[in-house]
Amino acid sequence: MTAEPLPEHPDFLWRNPDPKRSYDVVVVGAGGHGLATAYYLAKNHGITDVAVLEKGWLAGGNMARNTTIIRSNYLWDESAAIYEHALKLWERLPEELDYDFLFSQRGVLNLAHTLQDVREGVRRVGANRLNGVDAEWLEPDEVAKVCPILNVSPRTRYPVLGATFQPRAGIAKHDHVAWALARRADELGVDLIQGCEVTGFLKDGDRVVGVETNRGRIHAGRVGLAAAGHSSVLAERAGIRLPVQSHPLQALVSELHEPVHPTVVMSNHVHVYVSQAHKGELVMGAGVDAYNGYGQRGSFHVIEQQMAAAVELFPVFARAHVLRTWGGIVDVTPDASPVIGRTPVENLYVNCGWGTGGFKATPAAGWTFAHTIATGEPHPLNAPFALDRFTTGALIDEHGAAAVAH
Amino acid sequence: MLLITCPWCGPRNETEYRYGGQAHVPYPDSPADLSDEQWAEYVFYRDNPKGPFAERWMHSIGCRRWFNVLRDTATHEVLTSYRPDEPRPGGNR
Ligand SMILES: Cc1cc2nc3c(=O)[nH]c(=O)nc-3n(C[C@H](O)[C@H](O)[C@H](O)COP(=O)(O)OP(=O)(O)OC[C@H]3O[C@@H](n4cnc5c(N)ncnc54)[C@H](O)[C@@H]3O)c2cc1C
Ligand SMILES: [Zn+2]
Repeated sequence: MTAEPLPEHPDFLWRNPDPKRSYDVVVVGAGGHGLATAYYLAKNHGITDVAVLEKGWLAGGNMARNTTIIRSNYLWDESAAIYEHALKLWERLPEELDYDFLFSQRGVLNLAHTLQDVREGVRRVGANRLNGVDAEWLEPDEVAKVCPILNVSPRTRYPVLGATFQPRAGIAKHDHVAWALARRADELGVDLIQGCEVTGFLKDGDRVVGVETNRGRIHAGRVGLAAAGHSSVLAERAGIRLPVQSHPLQALVSELHEPVHPTVVMSNHVHVYVSQAHKGELVMGAGVDAYNGYGQRGSFHVIEQQMAAAVELFPVFARAHVLRTWGGIVDVTPDASPVIGRTPVENLYVNCGWGTGGFKATPAAGWTFAHTIATGEPHPLNAPFALDRFTTGALIDEHGAAAVAH
Repeated sequence: MLLITCPWCGPRNETEYRYGGQAHVPYPDSPADLSDEQWAEYVFYRDNPKGPFAERWMHSIGCRRWFNVLRDTATHEVLTSYRPDEPRPGGNR
């Protein structure tokens, strides 16, 4: 926990080319996942004739709205594998991309407040260790040592009965991650095209051969969707349905404070999660608004509830002020696990359904999606996350199992 | 905070209600005859439009009855609400 100065912004990180008439691969959406996909298409597969089309500005969606929590302590084997792959990539990306995006492995505590939470947490620690994910079970006094400002007294409404701890988890500066990936993808020849909205798909029978955009038709050998909250809107234009529902998810920050919070704390039961950014603001998030929505804003009572939970856990926060709140649109699947794979339309691939927790997966989403697009076959890490699991019933049910799904 | 009108109790704050997702999803006529794909559709796939959406809400701390709301998911504007036995106003989609 240091107040190290932020890196200077370089002048220009990528070109802003006009779209060409045709590309080998078109990726829709320049959030973290679209950018990572383009980067790994170029780096791992030598496919550089790639455009990333973004209707707004680069990383203007969930990528720069999330609360930046990175961890891999998921319950199920399939999840642990892909999120741990992501965490290992995070550990080397700052050097590989030559960009210090303030990846800080300060650990994450997932608190238990009920006997059920305790059993679930102890079980998850066991599962994590079997999968090579660093995890420990901490008793309340040990929790207090990791995070002294946390109230672990037995006299609170929902006493802390213990916590899982993943020391290698942490946070990163999300906009810098996007810029780091964008700069390197651009250097490798990828065209990043902002202000370019995909409005339809060009098809030849059952095969996609390009996209319609507000900047004209762009032909493509293959098309990959990485549109997060708008995935089903796009898929519908391609004539397919996705098993996702779009919800507003809100977050907020306080004004700047001295470093007081050394780790990341998440509580499923009282439903709040908190870290402190490098600059000093307390960063807090909670659950989605219950209803479907595309408005990039949610209801105030959700914020009120998360603040009540935060002040209960961290009495010291009672004097802090909310500086800014915002919302993003997250696409949630029935089993709270993503979809990465083929679609019923040939040459159209989809990466969606990351819901409230896809930032931490950014490098692995890009790695596996690039592999799937480049080879036409899923990578072993994303094979279980295919669309057909909703037909076969082989769900990867991380609802509840994943502690809090962020 | 949405202001939603219960057809029986009148306008109340969103916090009095529970959300129930897409309305007008009929239970399959002959469940035993469904293919796996049709079961997947019924169980896991729901519409997710950006714009007007017919959805179910339950007045959980009021009369505890289910009803339907037509709401614009882009603007969050509540367009109308109606009883479950009434058809969707203005036809489908
Ligand atoms: C408030 C909040 C907090 C979160 N906290 C965490 C967290 O702590 N940890 C974590 O792991 N995850 C978190 N998430 C989830 C995470 O942000 C997302 O899962 C992840 O960002 C999704 O991938 P992305 O970055 O590619 O999405 P986005 O950045 O949303 O990228 C999708 C892009 O597609 C573009 N697009 C959409 N339609 C079109 C079109 N028709 N044509 C062209 N472009 C289009 C959009 O403009 C957008 O830029 C949080 C999300 C929110 C909203
Ligand atoms: Zn009522």
